[in-house]
Amino acid sequence: MKVLVTNDQLCIGCRLCEDVCSHAWYKEISRGKSSIHIGSLGNASWAMAACNQCGKCIEICPTQALSRDKAGVVRLKKDLCVGCLSCVGFCPTLTMYFHPDHVEPIKCISCGLCAKECPAGALSIEELQG
Amino acid sequence: MFAPQTPKERVEAIQAGHRVLAEVHYERQPVTKGYAGRTLHVDVSANQISIKPVDDWMRNTFIGGRGFDLWLLWNAVTGSTRWDSPENEIVISSGPIGGITQYPGTGKSIAAAISPLTGTVIDSNVGGYFGPLLKFAGFDAIELQGIAGEEIIVFLDGNQGLIQILAAPEESVNSNLLAEEMVAVFGKTPQEKQGVTSVSAGVGSEHTLIGCLNFSFWDPRRQLARLKQAGRGGIGTVLRNKRVKALVVKYVGLKGDSNGPADLSLIQRTGATMHREIYERDPIMFTMRLDGTNHLTRIMNDYDILPVHNFRYGAHPEAHHIYSENFQKYFDYSSPDGCWYGCTLACAKVATGLELRTGPLKGQSVTVDGPEYETVAGIGANCGIWDAHAVLEANYYCDAYGIDTISFGTGVAFVMECFEEGILSKDTTGGLDLHFGNGGAMLELLHQMGRGEGFGLVVGQGIRRMKKIFAEQYGANPAFLQDIGMEAKGLEYSEYVTKESLAQQGGYGLANKGPQHDEAWLIFMDAVNNQIPTFEDKAEALHYFPMWRTWFGINGLCKLPWNDVEPGDNRARYRGIEAAKVPEHVQNYVNLFTAVTGRADVKTGDDLVRLSEVVYNFQRLFNLKMGFGTRQHDAIPYRSAGPVTDAEYESRAERYDAQLRSQVGIDPTGLSTTEKRLALRRHREAQYETLIDAVYARRGWDENGIPTLQTARSLGLDTPEIVRLIGQHATGAA
Repeated sequence: MKVLVTNDQLCIGCRLCEDVCSHAWYKEISRGKSSIHIGSLGNASWAMAACNQCGKCIEICPTQALSRDKAGVVRLKKDLCVGCLSCVGFCPTLTMYFHPDHVEPIKCISCGLCAKECPAGALSIEELQG
Repeated sequence: MFAPQTPKERVEAIQAGHRVLAEVHYERQPVTKGYAGRTLHVDVSANQISIKPVDDWMRNTFIGGRGFDLWLLWNAVTGSTRWDSPENEIVISSGPIGGITQYPGTGKSIAAAISPLTGTVIDSNVGGYFGPLLKFAGFDAIELQGIAGEEIIVFLDGNQGLIQILAAPEESVNSNLLAEEMVAVFGKTPQEKQGVTSVSAGVGSEHTLIGCLNFSFWDPRRQLARLKQAGRGGIGTVLRNKRVKALVVKYVGLKGDSNGPADLSLIQRTGATMHREIYERDPIMFTMRLDGTNHLTRIMNDYDILPVHNFRYGAHPEAHHIYSENFQKYFDYSSPDGCWYGCTLACAKVATGLELRTGPLKGQSVTVDGPEYETVAGIGANCGIWDAHAVLEANYYCDAYGIDTISFGTGVAFVMECFEEGILSKDTTGGLDLHFGNGGAMLELLHQMGRGEGFGLVVGQGIRRMKKIFAEQYGANPAFLQDIGMEAKGLEYSEYVTKESLAQQGGYGLANKGPQHDEAWLIFMDAVNNQIPTFEDKAEALHYFPMWRTWFGINGLCKLPWNDVEPGDNRARYRGIEAAKVPEHVQNYVNLFTAVTGRADVKTGDDLVRLSEVVYNFQRLFNLKMGFGTRQHDAIPYRSAGPVTDAEYESRAERYDAQLRSQVGIDPTGLSTTEKRLALRRHREAQYETLIDAVYARRGWDENGIPTLQTARSLGLDTPEIVRLIGQHATGAA
């Protein structure tokens, strides 16, 4: 399956990925609307958090709004989603996000735009075994 | 119960039978801050449909849900209205928070009516989609009044803005079929099917006074209509008396902001945090997601408070046969099992592939929701039936026939004790051997209720009426029947042994609707942890917790996410009774209420309690209006307070002997068991009266249990009608 792979060791904390993501999907620079999040660990080290497409959220969704596409990416059908955020609470990696401007959660779909723009090479799209 | 046609033929036959008896078109308005702002009144006698506004006083005083039910019903009935009077209503409402999707347990409906069992107002809290979708279709509540001239359904299409009363000759009566028929008839696409929800009962509701309502929701993964029960008090019996097969609401288009909240962001934050807490805590706390409420059976047996053999005992060596692990093999864990969107506590278990061994569907494989703890304890332990399959089968048929599993279980336990005591015999039961443990006889009683024949019809009258019948027709000792018949106010007890918890005796005995545990559950706090030792402590608990738990019912909420999971630091941050309140979760509910309604005057948990105190006292006054609601109606059977028989005394002799010494001041040495039992009884009965005095005082009621005029005034309930009512009944009144 197609997964956005993060490498904390290489991350320089520029957070360009967050800007790219929110702009791509919500047409604004708003880090709260990004599906990848960068947190500071101090001492110029950074933790990157993005969905690993594990699919646990598919099970918890009451409306079958979450499903895996042909590339193995877990995608959200917004027309089916009722915004319950169960997937947010039950995400094992805490990488399903939400923002008050939107009823539906915010989820990485491994589009790779952030990886293309990452100046440190800390992000990549890889094909992993599901 | 059989439908010989193909599903397509069945739908066509049902549709062909529909005839429009009344029809109203309306313009649906979006829900704003938790309210649709209108209620719907359907008179099936006159085939009239009307829409009424919700004014500010009604909204601010009664909030919604049970509060709206009570207010609307109060205005519909008089003190002489009986359960089968045309003016009696079934009122259903969710509440302002009901229908949000972001927090667990937020899709409840509350049904109310004048009860065939109690003769006064009953309320019952239930899952399924009806209440929330009714609101999103445009109505905060529905009143169903009158008695139809023929079999009908009421259909409400929120997307089309259409309300119809339809002649419905072809529909099934039993909910197991009817709920799916309604989805098939009114829902074409997958989204439409999820948008169709119904309220129905069954043939058992017609033949007994213990009928339940089934509220449906469509399960898209399993492709079936699931049922949740408003079980208590016989509201299903009222529905069938009205010749209504179903109330159906259709609304497609639910979203996370359909409830029109004032602050969606706060709801989202509160909900996401709570989901995470359940993810982390439920597996190491109560395993609701794995076992549902039946996780309690083991705990209750361990603590000697599982009702066994009609509440004689609190534990049994065979009880492990009905522990939750024995039901897991029946459960389908393939998908989420909340009864409303976003309920991650997910206590609604689904038993699939249940091969029925009895009844009209014998040999068929069926699916049933549950069983809840109350069903397992009532039909299993209380009847001495240590058989998970028999419990599940009874659960299935109770739902299908529209029978309340609690009244059924407690009622069967009562007749089993009567049989063992020689009050009943095979001559009087139509040949049924009703010894404890006879699962086959239990199921046959249930099928008799479905068929409308035999001794099942007697059991279906409920314990209060059975006591009269057994005394008058079989010569039984009325005093003994009163002691062992586990009903109060006419309602059968739910399934906890309260002999060692004085506070919970009050929790049951003082409950407005009758002995149901949703008002107070104080056994651990009282009898196990000794956190409320004095009468004043118990009275305080019997003020706070019933008021607090009432709050869930006026907002469209389930109580379980409040304290069936707790934050990890709850017991470290708080002690005793404060920990039992789960303050962090109370704050969650403050968040939800203010975020939905935008009410700036509500800031604390105490403010929430104040809201429900109004409704609680109003319900007490409603009982008074109906000829009840005074001290004599708070009496409890002695079985709930102490050992009725010598055998019961002996089962806990060490404990009781010690209590005689320490609490009563009697040395039990040399006394017979009967002498000791009677001495204990005098003490415990006196204690109950002292408790009642303390609770009445704390609640602002007079010594006869009537809210004082001052209390009514302080709660804003001093309407002319209520002032008059209190004046007529208050102590010292002429």
